[in-house]
Amino acid sequence: MGTVVLLALTGLGLGALYFLIASGLSLVFGLADVLNFAHGLFLSVGAYATWWAGGRLSGPWGFPVAVLFGVACGAAVGGLVELVLIRPLYRRPTEQVLVTVGLSLAGVALLQAGWGADPRRYPSPQWTQKVTRVLGADVPNDRLLLIGVAVVVLAGLLAFLRFTRYGLVIRAGVENRAMVSALGIDVRRAFTLVFAIGGALAGLAGALGGVYFGSVSPGQGASLLIFAFIVVVIGGMGSVTGSAYAAVAVGLLQQFVNYYGTAGAGDICVVALLAVVLLVRPAGIAGRAAT
Amino acid sequence: MLDVRDLSAWIGGSHILQGVTFGVEGTGVTALLGRNGVGKTSTLRAILGELPATGSVTVDGEPVLGRPTHRLVRAGLGYVPEDRCVFAGLSVAENLRLACRVPDPDYDTVYSLFPELRTRARQRAGTLSGGQQQMVAIGRLLLNPNRLLLIDEPTKGLAPKVVAEVTAVLAQVAQRVPILLVEQNLAVVRRLAGTAVVLAAGRVAWQGEAADLLGDADRTRSLLGVGSTGLGRGAASDAPSQSSRRGDH
Ligand SMILES: Nc1ncnc2c1ncn2[C@@H]1O[C@H](COP(=O)(O)OP(=O)(O)OP(=O)(O)O)[C@@H](O)[C@H]1O
Ligand SMILES: [Mg+2]
Repeated sequence: MGTVVLLALTGLGLGALYFLIASGLSLVFGLADVLNFAHGLFLSVGAYATWWAGGRLSGPWGFPVAVLFGVACGAAVGGLVELVLIRPLYRRPTEQVLVTVGLSLAGVALLQAGWGADPRRYPSPQWTQKVTRVLGADVPNDRLLLIGVAVVVLAGLLAFLRFTRYGLVIRAGVENRAMVSALGIDVRRAFTLVFAIGGALAGLAGALGGVYFGSVSPGQGASLLIFAFIVVVIGGMGSVTGSAYAAVAVGLLQQFVNYYGTAGAGDICVVALLAVVLLVRPAGIAGRAAT
Repeated sequence: MLDVRDLSAWIGGSHILQGVTFGVEGTGVTALLGRNGVGKTSTLRAILGELPATGSVTVDGEPVLGRPTHRLVRAGLGYVPEDRCVFAGLSVAENLRLACRVPDPDYDTVYSLFPELRTRARQRAGTLSGGQQQMVAIGRLLLNPNRLLLIDEPTKGLAPKVVAEVTAVLAQVAQRVPILLVEQNLAVVRRLAGTAVVLAAGRVAWQGEAADLLGDADRTRSLLGVGSTGLGRGAASDAPSQSSRRGDH
């Protein structure tokens, strides 16, 4: 029982991380049709910014402030990438892919040049290293932190999409961008916003991923991005709730199969799950809708 | 008020519009007609900047070609596209709210013309019938002040009773705002349009009083590919006699 609870909460923690990355990726793809391979870079920027600030701040509020700084850096880089690199290339998908892939490679190289290729120890606060007893299992607090943050982010994103003007524009734009313009709305401003939101969430994933993995390294973003892409496809492009379901499914599947099967089998099962979903529901769990 | 000159557009390598020239008066309905696939929808899309085009388009003397679609719409060109394009995942109220671009949208007019939009406010627009979706699409226009409306086949696929309702609403709207109307149902054209512009082979093949076109069965047949029977379903009863008289010459 204890093992199952621990595995489940660890899987959910991993799923929470995937969700933070995938929800932004999904909105960006759903609205702007951009396959953003630089999304992993946003994560690394958030992780390194938090690491940098966390090493300089102290006291009980040091780490939360560092995380906020990481999130802000992720948002800024996300918004800037849209304005400077993506905006001139709308309707040119091949060039977009090349630019975002190039950017992510250059970003990894820059991080290596600045802080070396080796993992850096992360300034996690003490309490995240401790455990909490849940249903007979000693669950590390970092997993509970991830799950809690992801739930808050999910609720916040859904409220934003549902109750704000920009949320309305994004949901409509995911469905039919041209018609949003035909209503007199400058839909490209929503693109920048969605990139910034995606950057902020990826930055948050980077900041909390550092706690989860105990360190930051330049390649972390790229390896997490692969699973985030799988989550986006399973969940349905543009769907935040779809991403949430898919992230939970992928995280749990990976943990349980890796524990009970051989190590690495979980990753194969995730790819198998992707194939099955694509066969049964080619548009993903949620279809194309920003909910 | 709208002046289209030498409008030219390519789609996927074929020259769809080859120098279209016509004007729209500041009042009433101008019908844009022509056979299927001749380029009526493309003409509207080119005017609105959705389709890259050359030539000149002016609204009250201001050039509009090359300006982004959302700017033109904000400047008062309202558009109902051919397949209505209501947002299926949004509720009726959200569809309307999204379309508001002024501080005091005219919900009174919209709800008095289409009371159903109020009672169905929370229904997802994707689950509405075709006629109800058309009400949303037209309602979206009427929330804002407009200088010109571009409406593409508003009665397509609707039941006769709904066609009559939509036609009546458009007749009311046309008393306040000029409309450039693409429409296949000639009975609707006859009821609404003062002027007609007929496209054929990428150009304007005929323009003039709508009554002169529809009153002449041979002309209608040769330009639009429909005979006098196409005028049926509520068209004025003098159409066949008039055309046979002309046929006698
Ligand atoms: N996206 C596209 N790709 C290729 N061809 C297109 C595209 N859009 C339109 N066309 C072609 O351009 C021509 C004009 O199309 P358009 O939709 O303007 O015609 P239409 O007069 O509105 O026809 P209908 O009466 O059937 O609505 C057609 O031959 C059509 O096949
Ligand atoms: Mg058409």
